[in-house]
Amino acid sequence: MAGPIEQFEIKPIVSLGKIGGSEIAFTNSALFMVAAVAIIALLFVYGTRNRSLVPGRLQSLAEMGYEFVANTVRDSAGHDGMRFLPLVFSLFMFVLVSNLLGMIPGAFTVTSHLIVTAALAALVILTVIVYGIYKHGTHFFGLFVPGGVHPLMLIILVPIEVISFVSRPISLSVRLFANMLAGHIALKIFAGFVATLLFAGGWAILSPLPLALTIALIALEFLVAALQAYVFAVLTCIYLHDALHPGH
Amino acid sequence: MAAPATTTGTTAHGGADAAHSGGFPPFQGETFASQLLWLAITFGVLYWLAAKVIVPRLGGILEERASKIGNDLDEAAAMKAKAEEAGQAYEKSLAEARARAQAIAQETRETVNADSAERRKSVEADLAAKLAAAEAKIVATKTEAMSHVEAIAADAAGAIVGRLTGAAPAPADAAKAVKTALGG
Repeated sequence: MAGPIEQFEIKPIVSLGKIGGSEIAFTNSALFMVAAVAIIALLFVYGTRNRSLVPGRLQSLAEMGYEFVANTVRDSAGHDGMRFLPLVFSLFMFVLVSNLLGMIPGAFTVTSHLIVTAALAALVILTVIVYGIYKHGTHFFGLFVPGGVHPLMLIILVPIEVISFVSRPISLSVRLFANMLAGHIALKIFAGFVATLLFAGGWAILSPLPLALTIALIALEFLVAALQAYVFAVLTCIYLHDALHPGH
Repeated sequence: MAAPATTTGTTAHGGADAAHSGGFPPFQGETFASQLLWLAITFGVLYWLAAKVIVPRLGGILEERASKIGNDLDEAAAMKAKAEEAGQAYEKSLAEARARAQAIAQETRETVNADSAERRKSVEADLAAKLAAAEAKIVATKTEAMSHVEAIAADAAGAIVGRLTGAAPAPADAAKAVKTALGG
């Protein structure tokens, strides 16, 4: 039986050659990224092809997804944050669909790799920094200077603000990565217990216990999959709000 | 910490792919390049779709629906106002017609009353004239009859005298005598 870590292995499907010593390949990870985008495109592009005034089933689902993200952006980033709707929508849908695809037994979870979540978090923070400086110039760095505080206090507060800003992409990426990784490992371990106990003679009586736990964990993992996508999107909105309105 | 356990675990299960790299898969640096490449490609396509197709299209659909519903509500409100207006106009014309009907009835009643009063007056006048004429005729007839009474009395007196005496007086004498007797 495979170990709990094996599900995270990157396996090349088609090798495309080498660039700078590292192999470039179409991997199982890439396959699931493509699948996620294909599913999103199917729902949101194919599902809305009729632009019906009275929506059908698929269009209803697409509208619900769109309105959910749009409301999240409007609530967290404000009305002028709606220009970032395509970005937040892409991030939310990509993370959500990747997380949910990972729930299929035997499937690969794209978001269980730190490099992927870190790249997405870096995209968010770079957008915040670039847009913030483009829009507000040096005034953007007022983000690190809390207003209405004694100048002496700033000596302490500014480094804290800088550290909290720098830790944002780290927490954003590690939160998603660790949640997906830990959840899938826990699921695999408890599911493994079921099989181990079944072939352990008299202990087989106890095997329904980890099975029940596995079922409960699956439900929890579905919740985590959706919740982490939402958390990622909401935090993105809050950081974008800082880029739109620096200064406390 | 997990690395040795994984390596032994995977080699024990004969995982050829895992064995040559080793280590905890999320921290295997040699897979980063292809992961980042495919992430850039797929997420780029997704962002392009979201920005060019999905967001404008869904935004358009929802906006169109909202404006359509708004228009329909406005139209319904306008129609309701129009219906109320028509109802009021109807009520008004009904009241006007009723007032006019009453006026016409009043007028008709008055003209009929006046007409009948006039006719009654003329009939009464006519009757009074006829009555007067009849009375005059009666008086004339009576006087005429009274004037004949003398002649008849004279004739009768002549006749009576003739029977009593056997000799008829002259009619002029009889008439004279009657006139004297009557005190005329």
